[in-house]
Amino acid sequence: MAKLAVRNLTKTFGANAVLREISFEVADGEFCVLLGPSGCGKTTLLRLVAGLEEASGGMISLDGQRIDDLPPQKRDVAFVFQSYALYPHMSVYENMAFSLRLRRLPEDGIRQRVREAARLLEIEGQLEQKPQELSGGQRQRVAVGRAIVRQPKIFLFDEPLSNLDASLRASMRVELARLHRRLRATILYITHDQAEAMTLGEKIIVLHEGKIQQLGSSSAIYRRPANPFVGRFVGSPQMNLIEGRLDEKRAVFRSGGLEIDLSEALSEGWEGYAGKALTVGIRPEDLLFAGRDDAWAQAEVEIIEDLGSDRFVHLRCGEMELLARIPAHMAVNRGEVIRLTGKPSRLHLFHQGKRVQ
Amino acid sequence: MKNSGRAAALFLFPSFLFVLIFSLVPIFESFRLSFYRMILTLPWLGQKFVGWQNYLDLLTDPVASHSLLTTLIFVTVTVPLEVLLGLAVALVINEPFRGRGLLRAVVLVPWAIPSTVASQMWRFIFNDRYGLFNYFLFGDQTELYLAPLADPQLALGAIMVADVWKTTPFAALMILAGLQAVPDELYEAASVDGAGGWQKFRRITLPMIKPAILLAFLFRTIDALRVFDLVFVMTQGGPADSTNVLQFYGYKKSFAEGMIGAGSAVSVLVFFLALLFALLYIRILG
Amino acid sequence: MIGALSLLPFLWFVLTSVKSAGQITAIPPQIMPAFHADFYRSAVSEHGLFRYLANSVIVAGSTTLISIAIGALAAYALTRFRFSWARSCLMLLLAISMFPQISIAGPVWKILSHLGWLNTYQGISAAYVSLSLPLAIWILSTFFRELPYEIEEAALIDGCSRLQALRKVVLPLAAPGLFTAAILVFIHAWNEFFFALIILTNSNLQTLPVGIALFPGEYTMPWGEIAAASTMATLPLVVLTLLFQRRIIRGLSAGAVKG
Repeated sequence: MAKLAVRNLTKTFGANAVLREISFEVADGEFCVLLGPSGCGKTTLLRLVAGLEEASGGMISLDGQRIDDLPPQKRDVAFVFQSYALYPHMSVYENMAFSLRLRRLPEDGIRQRVREAARLLEIEGQLEQKPQELSGGQRQRVAVGRAIVRQPKIFLFDEPLSNLDASLRASMRVELARLHRRLRATILYITHDQAEAMTLGEKIIVLHEGKIQQLGSSSAIYRRPANPFVGRFVGSPQMNLIEGRLDEKRAVFRSGGLEIDLSEALSEGWEGYAGKALTVGIRPEDLLFAGRDDAWAQAEVEIIEDLGSDRFVHLRCGEMELLARIPAHMAVNRGEVIRLTGKPSRLHLFHQGKRVQ
Repeated sequence: MKNSGRAAALFLFPSFLFVLIFSLVPIFESFRLSFYRMILTLPWLGQKFVGWQNYLDLLTDPVASHSLLTTLIFVTVTVPLEVLLGLAVALVINEPFRGRGLLRAVVLVPWAIPSTVASQMWRFIFNDRYGLFNYFLFGDQTELYLAPLADPQLALGAIMVADVWKTTPFAALMILAGLQAVPDELYEAASVDGAGGWQKFRRITLPMIKPAILLAFLFRTIDALRVFDLVFVMTQGGPADSTNVLQFYGYKKSFAEGMIGAGSAVSVLVFFLALLFALLYIRILG
Repeated sequence: MIGALSLLPFLWFVLTSVKSAGQITAIPPQIMPAFHADFYRSAVSEHGLFRYLANSVIVAGSTTLISIAIGALAAYALTRFRFSWARSCLMLLLAISMFPQISIAGPVWKILSHLGWLNTYQGISAAYVSLSLPLAIWILSTFFRELPYEIEEAALIDGCSRLQALRKVVLPLAAPGLFTAAILVFIHAWNEFFFALIILTNSNLQTLPVGIALFPGEYTMPWGEIAAASTMATLPLVVLTLLFQRRIIRGLSAGAVKG
């Protein structure tokens, strides 16, 4: 296992910059997740590391050795494809043994490694079958197994769970986490599913429009999103973002009929933002119904989605639409007008696309 | 991939070489030769530049203009017939039923038969003394028997029958490919909307397979313009030039008379005729 | 009904080949043949049927092998390497496949004559290869396009060189496509008449279609022998068609739908 370092990596297709000056590291044995919406460049980044695409600039190194000028077969990386890309004309066993055969390992060693991986992934019974005879989950396991037997320096996963149905995806997620703990492998894993990223990633890199938006642990990214994009992309349901302006004289934020006292949230000094445009973000679970007079605003309940465990309440506040997540036992009715508030510590303040606290 | 352009060029090179030598160079050479007088079997006489003379000769040769007319009649009669019959066949073999695979294979047989075999076969059927054609028309009354291939009124028709038999399967296959691409949901949606069988065909099938039908027209037209094998075997262009289609006319000019310059002028003419039809269809296809 | 119309005329010819001489000209026509092999015997002994057959096998076989080999390379390049003029290449090929044969026949004859390749196997095969390449490349590229590129990438990452990936992963997977293209090219080359007629004037080298077309006999046609030779020429194709109907239809429509 090894440490991956990416420096100033750039990729352009014609005039179109897909990745701009990407730099990050993945520590030895770390599970790093690249998270971003489709089209953000994450797949390209992974393919660059694998050697399936050629970088336009920057460098990639594994354990201090530059690999960006090597062809994929010399990089000692394993890649798990979104479509699995199993060899349809080979049995499961042959699929997993293929790379070892190419490296001319003795047949005993190959058999031992394949058996071990198959046992780990619980596909021992399928070794003689062809890929098309397997279920989606089993194919997924074979794809992972094909990577494991290689004992590569790094595992690259390209949205490996996206072709599975929801329940299978949840259980495979846990299995992958368990597998990582057993193997202590260095993993670079890409996904557009923030829940998958949060549960798997020791380090999460949020990518958008070819740039790294934020890099950190899942809790850091959830608690302190670096910009409105990360705020909305991470967390479900999505964070409410309210565009407005700070008062000239006081630490009060206004937007339509809504007024929020930011003196606590901006305790380091609000004067710098006096009269300026701000974006306030608040997660649906942090939006509270107030009984007191210090409410931020009044809002009308438009739609209630009952999820059983809790409810999503869609609110209208003038022109603005807000979403609150409340416990199931709280009484609220459609058409009711309620008062809104929230804890100052749970507010996310952005100015010109950057976090300002 | 690095140097993919160069690698591609390397992979393409052998194919390119063949196509260059035996298709691209010849087509340009045909253009060039059509301005020269040259006799195939007497190469030592050399080539003499004659400008447009070969084309002028062609214009004034009544056999040539008759040949052009014959070719156009052949195309305008057989191609629509083949596409129409092909459509009918395609509709049948697109329906699921027991033995469909076998029927599809059987339908393919005329397409697979060598055209000279088909030609001899039809020549036999059209025989003036013991052909099936005559027997079906006149039974035992042998004194009424016709000789279609020796009759200037009938010979072209006989060749057309043979051509329709031989190439309808191809048109059917083109259209079948179009039919198979129509998703079933569309028919189901139309049924739910209250469309009957005929309406479904009119409103869904036909518009959806229009490109396939046009392609069938295109391929069949291009192919019918170069009809040769049937004519060569069944009538040798006769009787009285009534089946002397352009490709046969050009063949005789170049290879029987050895007038390769004049033959090339015919080649160029056929080439542009094909091009014209191709552009026409591509325009309609959009 | 459709099946009968397709099959009966040819079946009639097949029956003719095993009739007796008297039956052929009989009116009313006799359906049940006498099952004589005489016509086959005389087609072989007097008309050199086996020689034509051998020529056809050699010419169509070598055309198929060469076309598929170099066509596969071209189709692979056209679908797998990213370069801008791939589509133009395919369009050019399509255009070439529509050339009327007469438009290139004269110069092709001249070129082969220069090379001294008239009346040779390599001459006719070379012409056939270039004629069937557009078809072969079109069919093969539709098959290659359907092969997921990721499988090849997986092979590269597993440690294959590009050539190894081609040999160990792509070719085995493309085998059905290669086979389909091969059938169609074979049928095409087996049946071709026009170029065979002008290039092969020596009857020792002529293929079956030429032999059948030029069967001697001005006034009394040797129908029995012609029918026998025709049956021999067609039998392999009918067998191919019946066995591989599905592939042939797929291959033919592959070129058409994408066009």
